[in-house]
Amino acid sequence: MSEKKATSAKFYVHDLDLFYGSFQALKKINFQIAANRITALIGPSGCGKSTFLKTLNRMNDFVEGCKITGDVQLDGRDIYTSGMSEIELRQRVGMVFQQPNPFPKTIYDNVAYGPRIRGVHRKSELDEIVETSLREVGIWDEFKDRLNKSALGLSGGQQQRLCIARTIAVHPEVILMDEPTSALDPISTMKIEDLAVEMKEKYTIVIVTHNMQQANRISDTTAFFLLGELIESGPTQDIFLNPQNKKTEEYITGRFG
Amino acid sequence: MYSKGKEKTWKFFVLLCGLLMIALPIAIGIFLAVKGNALFYQYHHTLGEFLFTTTWKLKDDLVGGGKGGAAVFIVGSLIVCGLALLIAVPFSLAAAIFMTEIAPKWGTKILRPAVEIFVGIPSVVYGWIGMTVLVPFLQNVFHLKTGRSVLAGGIVLAVMIFPSITTVAADAIRAVPVSARMAAYGLGATRWQVTHQIVMPAAQTSVLTGVILGLARAFGEALAVAMVIGKTPAFPKGIFGQTATMTTVIASRMAELMEGSEAKAGLWTIAFILYLISLFFIFLIHIIAAKGAKKNK
Amino acid sequence: MTEVKNEKKARVEVSQSLIRRARAVDNIWTVVFYLVALFFLLLLFAFAGYVIIKGFTGAKPEMFRFDRNGVGNYFFNTVYLVFLSLLISVPIGVMGGIYMAEYAKDNAFTKFLRIAIETLSSLPSIVVGLFGYLIFLVATKSQPNLLVGAICVAILSLPLMTTTTEDALRSLPPSYKLGSMGMGATLRQTIQSVLIPACVPRIITGVILAAGRGFGEAAALLYTTGSDTNIKWNPAAWVNPSLNPFNPLRRGGTLSLKIWTSFTASVGAEDVANLSSAILMIMVLSFSILAHYLEGRIKKKMGDTK
Repeated sequence: MSEKKATSAKFYVHDLDLFYGSFQALKKINFQIAANRITALIGPSGCGKSTFLKTLNRMNDFVEGCKITGDVQLDGRDIYTSGMSEIELRQRVGMVFQQPNPFPKTIYDNVAYGPRIRGVHRKSELDEIVETSLREVGIWDEFKDRLNKSALGLSGGQQQRLCIARTIAVHPEVILMDEPTSALDPISTMKIEDLAVEMKEKYTIVIVTHNMQQANRISDTTAFFLLGELIESGPTQDIFLNPQNKKTEEYITGRFG
Repeated sequence: MYSKGKEKTWKFFVLLCGLLMIALPIAIGIFLAVKGNALFYQYHHTLGEFLFTTTWKLKDDLVGGGKGGAAVFIVGSLIVCGLALLIAVPFSLAAAIFMTEIAPKWGTKILRPAVEIFVGIPSVVYGWIGMTVLVPFLQNVFHLKTGRSVLAGGIVLAVMIFPSITTVAADAIRAVPVSARMAAYGLGATRWQVTHQIVMPAAQTSVLTGVILGLARAFGEALAVAMVIGKTPAFPKGIFGQTATMTTVIASRMAELMEGSEAKAGLWTIAFILYLISLFFIFLIHIIAAKGAKKNK
Repeated sequence: MTEVKNEKKARVEVSQSLIRRARAVDNIWTVVFYLVALFFLLLLFAFAGYVIIKGFTGAKPEMFRFDRNGVGNYFFNTVYLVFLSLLISVPIGVMGGIYMAEYAKDNAFTKFLRIAIETLSSLPSIVVGLFGYLIFLVATKSQPNLLVGAICVAILSLPLMTTTTEDALRSLPPSYKLGSMGMGATLRQTIQSVLIPACVPRIITGVILAAGRGFGEAAALLYTTGSDTNIKWNPAAWVNPSLNPFNPLRRGGTLSLKIWTSFTASVGAEDVANLSSAILMIMVLSFSILAHYLEGRIKKKMGDTK
C-alpha cells in the first residue's frame, strides 16, 4: 500500500497553458508530481516555476487577467473544472510563501487559524494542534512560553517555521513552498531544509528554489523550467549528474541564470 | 547668488511659519481659557455646577447671579454624536471594505472619488437639506409634532462624518500587507473570513483613529446640527426628542449677548470645553497609535 | 491502513459542509457590501442632484442679480473671502511645509509641532471663528469684516496646506536635492529653484481643495464677517468704503451665511437659500472634481517616470 502510494501521482498536469493577458507564461506543461516526495522546481527568474506552483492551489486566481487551459488533476479530479471549490483545494493543498507572512496575531492564533476556519473551536483540541504543529517544525520548546506574543516580533527564520507550522496544522495533503528560504540566513535555511526532508513522510512537497544545491540536497524529483516551458524533469540525481537537455546542463553548471 | 543675509532671512521666515503652527492652537486655547474663566472667577460659579447641573439661566448683564449648568449641552453633544457614530461606523466600514477587498478597481475609480466629494459638501448645505427634507420626512413618517430631533441631528452628522471615517478606514485596510491576506487564502479561507478575521483586526488601530477623527468632527459641527435639532435646552425625551448641544447653544446665542456679561462668559466656557475635547481626541489618537505599535512588537 | 483512510475521508467530508456554509456567508456579505456601496453612490447623486435642481427650479431671475435682493453679491463675497484667505494661508502653509520637510529635526520639538498641526486641523471651525472674533474684533473694537473672516478660514486651511507641501516635498526623488546641492547650491536655493517648482502641481491641488472647503465655511464666519452685504458696483458709491466690493475691511456675508440666516429668518427666504445651496454645491463639486483630476494626472505622471 505505502509502496503504491509512493509511486502514484498526486498531481497530474496535462497540456497546461497559462496566460497573463496576452502574455503566455506557461506553455504546454505536462508533468506529474509524486505523493510523499519532494519535487523541486528550478529555473532562472521569470521562467514560470512560481507561476506553475501557484496554479496547483489556484493562487493565480488573484492575478487579474490570468487564464488557464489544460488539465490539472489532484487525485484524479480536475481542480479547475470538476466543481471542486478553490476553498476546498486550498484546504488540501497548503502553501508556504517566499516572504514569511505571519498574521499580525499571536503565535498561538497563527497556528490555530486554519483549524478554526475548519470548525475546530474546542480549546483543548486547539491546544493540542498548536503543540503538535509547533513540535513538528521543531520550535515548540522555543515558543511554548510565549504563545501569546505577537508573531511579528519573531526573527525571519522563526517566522518562516511558524508559517510552516501554520500550514501543517490543518494536515494538508500537499505543501507548496515558494522559495521558502530565499529571505533567510544560512542556518535558518538549513533548519527548514531538514524539516522539509522530515515532512515528506506525511506530505507531498513541491518546492520552488533558486538554489540548486538546495534542490540537489533535498528533492527526489527535479523539474527545470525555462521561458515558460518545462524543459526536463526526472529523478534529481539524474538531472544533476546526467542532464539530457543542453539548456538544463548549462543552467545547472551555472552558465546562465 | 550666495549671500549670508539672504540665507538667514529665509531660514528665519521658514522657522517663523513653523512656530506659527504651534503658536496658533496654544493662543486659541489661552484666549478661550481666559474668557471662559470669567464664569468661575468673576461670576463665582463652580465647575461642579457647570458640569453637573442642568439649569442654564445666566444673566445677560455684568452683575450675574444666574444659573450655569451646562450638563444638558454636554449630554446633548454626547448623545447626538454617539448616535451619529452608531449610524455612520457600520456604513463606513462596509464602504471601506468594498473599496479595498471586494471591488478595488471599481471602488478606487468611482466610490472613492464620490466619498471624497462628500467630504467637501458644506455643512450648512447638509443642515439646510436636513431641515427642509429630512425633518419634514421624519415628521410625516413617525407622526411627530416636529421632525426636529436628536435623530435628525444624528442622521445629518452621520452623513457628514461618513466620508472621513471611510477614507481613513480604507487607507488603513489597504495598508494591511497583501501577504497576510494571501496566507489566509492559502489556508482555504473565504474572502469574508480573510476580511473579518485577518484584515480588520490588523487594521483595527488605524480604523479606530478614523472613527475618533469622525467623532471629533461631529463634536465640533455647529450649524448643521443647530438647523435640525431644535433649541430646547433640556435632556431629550428619546431619539425623537429635542435638545441642545455645546455647539448649537454657541451658534444660536452668542450674537445676542452683551460682551462681558455672565451669559456670554458661560458660552466662552463652553467654547473652551470644546477646545479641550479636541485636544483630548488628538491625545486619544496618539495613545491608541502607541498602544497599537507596542502590541506588534 | 484502511482505517486511517476512512478517517481521512471523513475529515474531508466534514469540511465540505463547512466550506458550503462559509461560502454562503461569504456570498451574503459580498451582497451586503455591494448594496452599501450602491446606496452611497445613489445617495450622493440624489443629494447633489436634488440640491442643484431644487435650487435652480425655484429661482426667480432677479435672484441672480448682483444687488440687494440677488445672491450675486454673496457669491462675490464667497469667492473674494476665499481668495483673501488663500493669500494668507498659502505662503504660510507652504513655508510651514518646507520647515517640516527640510528643516525639522527628528526631535521632541518637531513631535510637538506635529501634534500642534493635528490639533489645529481638528479644532471645530466655530471655535476658530470665536478666536478670530475675540482677538480681531472684540480686542480691537472693530466691526465684523471680510478680512477677519478670511483670517479664520486661513487658520482652518493652514494644516492642509502645510501637510500637502510637506508630503509633496517628501515624495520628490532624493536625486533632485542631491543634484542641486552637489552643484554648490545652498539649501535655500535648492528649495526655491528646484524642489518647490517640482511640487507646484501638488500644491495647486492642495490650494484647490482648501478653496473648495473655504467656499462652504460658515461657522467660522458667523461672528466675524457679518451675515449681510450691501456692496455697490457703481464706483461713484465707493466714497463710502463700506460699499466698495474690493475693500476687505467691510462687512460681507457669504453664500453659506445666507443659508444659515434663512434658517432663522421668516418664511420666504427659502428659495434664496435653495439657490445659494445649489450654487455652493456646484462650486464645491467642480473644485473637488478638479482637484481629483489633477491628483490623478500627477499620479499618472509619477508612474510614467518610474
